[in-house]
Amino acid sequence: MRQHHDMGGEPAGRVEKTEHDYAPWEKRVDALLVLLSDRERSLIRTDELRKNIEAIGPDAYEKMSYYERWITSVTANLLQRGAITAEELSRKLADVERREKEGLL
Amino acid sequence: MSTHHDHDHDHHDHKHPTQPDVDGPLTYHQRLEIAVRELLIEKGIVTADEVRRAIEAMDARTPAQGARIVAHAWADPAYKKKLLTEPREASLELGVDPGVTKLVVVENTDKVHNLVVCTLCSCYPRSILGLPPDWYKSRAYRSRAVREPRKVMSEFGLEIPDDIAVRVHDSTADMRYLVLPKRPKGTEGWSEEKLAAIVTRDTMIGIAEARIP
Repeated sequence: MRQHHDMGGEPAGRVEKTEHDYAPWEKRVDALLVLLSDRERSLIRTDELRKNIEAIGPDAYEKMSYYERWITSVTANLLQRGAITAEELSRKLADVERREKEGLL
Repeated sequence: MSTHHDHDHDHHDHKHPTQPDVDGPLTYHQRLEIAVRELLIEKGIVTADEVRRAIEAMDARTPAQGARIVAHAWADPAYKKKLLTEPREASLELGVDPGVTKLVVVENTDKVHNLVVCTLCSCYPRSILGLPPDWYKSRAYRSRAVREPRKVMSEFGLEIPDDIAVRVHDSTADMRYLVLPKRPKGTEGWSEEKLAAIVTRDTMIGIAEARIP
């Protein structure tokens, strides 16, 4: 069966000629991928980026923007590779949330 | 701002919306980016300076690089031959590093028009053209470009006559396509700089033709 990302040839609507200047956070996601995939670090390969994007369920895939899919995939890969742990990540996320509330970001 | 940048936008007149960064509450994914980046920095896997420099390098990659390559190929037949047979070396010769992926250059002629898509995701010759536009990554473009390319191109204002074959190239993670557009008539004797100015990003994706403005 075809997976949801494999859409070549499927019927779809008119192509909307949309584009936007990438936001700083989107560029940072891109930069992280570039750095993590370089020879020195080698913490993610293109096929791993894709595998983890394709693992996003169909509903979430449709709802997420492009770089939302990327950061989701990069994070999943770092967890799979053991470069970061789930515990470290949830602690850090809580910390980011707290700093945001306190206006410290 | 280079003249190329303005030319990139032949096909839509509206201004780009910009997405705010830290205006209003962050989204979950924005918080995730911050968290992951900070963890990576704390662990010494990346530095903040490396992130900044990677963004600078990304900002420096624009369609102007591809336009310079195309203009040189139009002006110099020997270079054009090299570009079509040894694209990586030809690109490096002009100081543009095509990156680790394989680069394939396809030539538009009086008989063939080429169009590039990535049906599975968003593969794109980003080392040469910079980051892809949103529409290139959209469901509509990815789905339809391989089934009804003439109709899709026509929605972009490009009508390809029936006696010209249309070839659609589906990119992969390891292989990126760049279209060498047809040099318009009436540009004989133009300098490479003047030629490069009419080579837009969309002409190198194949969704537009180079035209004299």
